[in-house]
Amino acid sequence: MIESTEVKIPISGIGIRHKARASIALIGNPNAGKSTLFNRLTGLRQTTGNFPGVTVEKHQGTVELTNSAFNLIDLPGIYSLDGTSTDERIAVDVTLGRVPGTQRPSGLLVVIDATHIYQGLYLLEQLLELQLPTMVALTMIDAAKANGISIDTDALQNALGGIPIYPVSSISGHGLDELKEGLEHITSIKSPAIPASWPELSETAQQLSQQLGEDWQRIDVIQALLQTHPDYAGRLGKQLGSESVAKLRLELFGEDPPAAVEARQRYQWVKDVIGEVQEQAPLYSKMGARLIRWTNQPWPATLLFFAVLLLVFQAVFTWATPMMDLIDGASSDLGRWIVGQMGDNALSSFLADGVIAGVGSVIIFLPQILILFLFIIILEDTGYLARTSFLMDRVMRMVGLSGQSVIPMLSSFACAVPSIMATRVIPDRRDRIATILAAPFMTCSARLPIYALLIAAFVPSEPVGWLNLQGLVLFGLYLLGILGGLGTARLLKSSALRGPKPQFMLALPEFRMPNIQTVAIKLFDRARIFLRRAGTVIFVVAILVWTLAYFPRMETTEYLAGTTVTEPTDQQSIANARSAAQMEQSWLGRIGRTIEPIFKPLGWDWRVSSAVVAGFPAREVVVAVMGTIYAVGSEADEQNLSEKLRSATWPDGRLIFTLPMVLGLLVFYAWCLQCAATLATIKRETNSWRWPIFAWIYMTSLGYVGALIIYQLGSLI
Amino acid sequence: MTLADLAPGDTAKLDKIDTRDPGVIRLMILGMVEDITVRMENIAIGGDPLEVGFFGSSVSLRKEQARHFEVTRLAASD
Repeated sequence: MIESTEVKIPISGIGIRHKARASIALIGNPNAGKSTLFNRLTGLRQTTGNFPGVTVEKHQGTVELTNSAFNLIDLPGIYSLDGTSTDERIAVDVTLGRVPGTQRPSGLLVVIDATHIYQGLYLLEQLLELQLPTMVALTMIDAAKANGISIDTDALQNALGGIPIYPVSSISGHGLDELKEGLEHITSIKSPAIPASWPELSETAQQLSQQLGEDWQRIDVIQALLQTHPDYAGRLGKQLGSESVAKLRLELFGEDPPAAVEARQRYQWVKDVIGEVQEQAPLYSKMGARLIRWTNQPWPATLLFFAVLLLVFQAVFTWATPMMDLIDGASSDLGRWIVGQMGDNALSSFLADGVIAGVGSVIIFLPQILILFLFIIILEDTGYLARTSFLMDRVMRMVGLSGQSVIPMLSSFACAVPSIMATRVIPDRRDRIATILAAPFMTCSARLPIYALLIAAFVPSEPVGWLNLQGLVLFGLYLLGILGGLGTARLLKSSALRGPKPQFMLALPEFRMPNIQTVAIKLFDRARIFLRRAGTVIFVVAILVWTLAYFPRMETTEYLAGTTVTEPTDQQSIANARSAAQMEQSWLGRIGRTIEPIFKPLGWDWRVSSAVVAGFPAREVVVAVMGTIYAVGSEADEQNLSEKLRSATWPDGRLIFTLPMVLGLLVFYAWCLQCAATLATIKRETNSWRWPIFAWIYMTSLGYVGALIIYQLGSLI
Repeated sequence: MTLADLAPGDTAKLDKIDTRDPGVIRLMILGMVEDITVRMENIAIGGDPLEVGFFGSSVSLRKEQARHFEVTRLAASD
């Protein structure tokens, strides 16, 4: 394979040789095991940035080999180079070097799933037209064996004109060393032979690209002829004259749409290759396979879907409790220890009430968030999430969308930001925007701290059948989010975003064991993001809120002169009344009372109001702010935030957190859009300010009105 | 007979494909071309969408597009 060991290095290049790393693009069908292979090859040496000029994130990592290293660019999974959705466009444009400021990759590592070589070979065939050094990683080799499929890799290599093929099993790691060894030489591989599947097209393209000059690569001509790239199609018409282009097309494709002819031609070749290289043993039905087949059927699958959701909510509440108690205990012990060591002064209050109570009250939810993410990552990795789009297509059709909107909406339960990006697979722009605006309604992990805090404080932990009342209330809040999202999609699809009925076509992956390394890397990533937010945004807000709540300090005499407290009986109540009065006249108190009238109809006092307002950039901040506010003004015998909330009162002694008020607050959080990151992502993905502004006003009003109605009606009863 | 008329478990050969519907072309890109054998895997609650299997892959599509695929039934469900 390696023809010559002589390497020519230009003299000027020697100095920077170690810096100029080759870029290899990792490309393949969706669910072909691309991410698992990417993680296997790069480990934790991964970065996510943006492609220059375009607002699309670039996921890349470094592959360290014995003698060299290169950048591996992870691209979205695609089935062909003719894609119409945003995701497909990105993958194609990067591979073809059409993204400004990003070099064309110097080689391709094509991932083909051994159980799906039919579609994998189709993409490979199109990629061979690029004439780049190409290697194939044949993944899922053990799954293929289990399914009775055996592939003759030598015959496959021959059929593909000799390009290197490496069977790998990402699960056992089998074959990875050979693949890495082969990767050392990827840039010196000869350009692959042009596939023989469609000689007429290939030859015409070759000829034209030479005739048209340097601007035109073979693939550009092919895409222009196939009309899969409108820009190139237009330019070709200008350069050759539209009549001769029409004549060429008629010769090549006849009267049929070019893309249909391409599929026919290329799949004919694929079928021939498969006939030579693949042997399908008769399938013996294993117990596991039969079970999976059964669970894929409509009714069992739907029941399973709801059972899984319920299990997730139960797990989030029950499994996390021991860990949360531990963090809670540690943070209040730490706070008390600091005050004990340093005495009661500004610095100790800053550390205990500001930093520890503020940041700690958010960190405590890390176990719950990790459990939620663990479930979502596993559902994604097993292919179950994609299955749900088949099950839910019917439901989505009722709101004017298709099953393709289901995956973004379900992954919104983790976080709206990646889910809005996941809408890129939706081909129609109107359907995509409707899904983007519905996604933030789904209960994301940042809402979990607020829900968990309020539910734990105000909903009794009673068994309801084999379920728990707290889990059920949480489930209800998730339903509320789903209803809000679907209602919004329905509203938009029958008004501003009215359009043709969306189509639904999707390749469904089969059930697959989750890969532990992939799950661990994704989970680790989420934990890091959460903790980084707690350490930056939430930390800063907690300090700010503490400062506003602690200053200006009140003079003792001022307090004694200015109040008519009902005869304080002991030292403790004097201290309590004193801290409440201090809070009232602090800057925070003054700001809070200014905005209180806006939220008073919802039953919120100034403390809740200012916490909610502080939470607009990132909703989980509200818990940190409450933690700080109630710590500064707390009574000494109440250790945790729930107890402090339960005993909070209006100046006239009525409880603030009554049932209608708490329910209203929960509804507010279910519907309100308090997340700057989501707004920025909507702006980026829709490429206009109109949609984020609309989403913010719409969702905030909906949350406010919902809370208002519930509080007012609830207070009447 | 079209793909939309198959019962779960049936296998059939794809004969003629009406390529005027852009959705049909997307299905062809996923590999649903003339002369391949497909199996009707599942039909969702309510009769739509359908899940069709071929060459070890499963693809979900709606009845509306399935009607554009003429088929010959090879074997009824077992």
